[in-house]
Amino acid sequence: MRPAYALIPAAVPVVALVAGLPFANRLEPMVLGMPFLLAWILGWVAATPAFLAVAYTIHRKASAGPGAGGGR
Amino acid sequence: MTVALLIILLVVLGSGILGVVAAGRGEMNLERWSVGGRRFGVILVWLLMAGEFYTTFTFLGASGWAYSRGAPAFYILAYGAIGYIVSFFILPPAWRMAKQHGLHTQPDFFLARYGSPMLAGLVAVVGVISIVPYLQLQLTGLGLIVEIASAGAVTSTVAITVAFGLTTAFVYTSGLKGIAWVAIVKDLMMIVAVVVIGIGLPAMYFGGIGGMLAELLRQHPSHLTFPGGTRTMGTGWVMSTIVLTGCGYYCWPHAFASAFSAKDERTIRRNAVIMPLYQLPVLLVFFVGFTALLVLPGLKNPDTALLALVTRSYPAWFSGFVGAAGAVTAMVPASVLLLSSATLIAKNVYRPLRRDPVDDAHLMRASRVVVMAVALIAFVLTLWAPRELVNLLIFGYDGISQFFPGIVLGLFVRRATALPVALGLVTGEAVVISLIWTSRDPFMGMNAGFVGLAANVTVAALAMALGKRIEN
Repeated sequence: MRPAYALIPAAVPVVALVAGLPFANRLEPMVLGMPFLLAWILGWVAATPAFLAVAYTIHRKASAGPGAGGGR
Repeated sequence: MTVALLIILLVVLGSGILGVVAAGRGEMNLERWSVGGRRFGVILVWLLMAGEFYTTFTFLGASGWAYSRGAPAFYILAYGAIGYIVSFFILPPAWRMAKQHGLHTQPDFFLARYGSPMLAGLVAVVGVISIVPYLQLQLTGLGLIVEIASAGAVTSTVAITVAFGLTTAFVYTSGLKGIAWVAIVKDLMMIVAVVVIGIGLPAMYFGGIGGMLAELLRQHPSHLTFPGGTRTMGTGWVMSTIVLTGCGYYCWPHAFASAFSAKDERTIRRNAVIMPLYQLPVLLVFFVGFTALLVLPGLKNPDTALLALVTRSYPAWFSGFVGAAGAVTAMVPASVLLLSSATLIAKNVYRPLRRDPVDDAHLMRASRVVVMAVALIAFVLTLWAPRELVNLLIFGYDGISQFFPGIVLGLFVRRATALPVALGLVTGEAVVISLIWTSRDPFMGMNAGFVGLAANVTVAALAMALGKRIEN
């Protein structure tokens, strides 16, 4: 696996929060008492760390090996 | 003097003292003052980065827009997440380069990568010009806080003057490390304040958040979908603004350089993973703005919505606490912005322009003069050209987002050279300035900054393609 594959999970919330907006611009159905548009944005922002955690794992595995990482 | 005002002043003074103490003794040099000696671990970097993005803008600006604009304000919730995703990919290689070449500032990066002092100088100047409205935003917010807390006893002119004095004094004495520690106090106060009022105010007037939202939709059925309470901020505007501000999130000179203070790359990537969660309290700030729209309709200045509602609903000591949280939330970012712009001008414009060599002590003195000058410009603009908080931030983003192509090309495209990047940057800025100047923002339903960014990318790509053909 190459480090660049980390882009794939990271791109998902970007697509949802930008390209998804024309489809999410509505009040119904309400989610947890919130209009759909607000719930959509909130949900994707809250889910972003999960997608980035996958990207982090992919990146770390792909760049593992001697001299990589630069960590402690 | 009111109780609220007294509490605010005590907290502000206390933070100033904490900053000075935290800066520690020992000799101050430019490396320590501006990147904290490049020794910050994950927690301090996290706090510092949060300290830069959680500003008066979030507190007063976001509630003001939720009050007056409605749904278009949601971009504020979304753009940070995009910004952190971008940072996951661009900051680690930038950090590596910074460490390798001993870089302090964003223009240093452009100089090291493209070898053009002209491009670096251009980046420094555009960076500082874009910082000015962001600084103005903090001073405006701080002024509003002191004015409302004093129940009108202190005029906004006096309030802004006090804000300006405190902030410059703070930067002079403590530098980055002092600011990082005060940022901890600020974030704690801010989170407590936002959670208490974001849940408390809808509950107080409407029995809860659900009740408040239902009432809002009954009275203002179109407030919570684009374009909300506006005519021009439709879905296209929100999409283009999210892309613009998401790309620009780490293009701010201070934000870009703050990554340099991290200990290693892993610290930066881990930060990027958890930071989007830090964005969630913005939702509660929106709820305060919505509640204010229902309880206090028709406010002359929407940016006062949060403070006006808090003052009306809570005892004076608590209003003082919220005001103090807001005040520190303005002071910390203002200090970071000032520190950053001073370093930019001194190091990347002043030093290259002087023929004779400039040593570090001289540069340090020059930085301090610039701090004063930039603060004064923002101060004057705050008094004589007041503007809405969110608009100030968007102006700043229109400017700094134009660095994005140069950063990405510099990190990932080996054959990119200074000329195409500079041409793109100049084109982008020219498009933005002409659109705003002729009042055509939004342009064809899109944010003017985004239009500028598109022009910037196009010109840079064309110039690169042409350059390749000439070579062959």
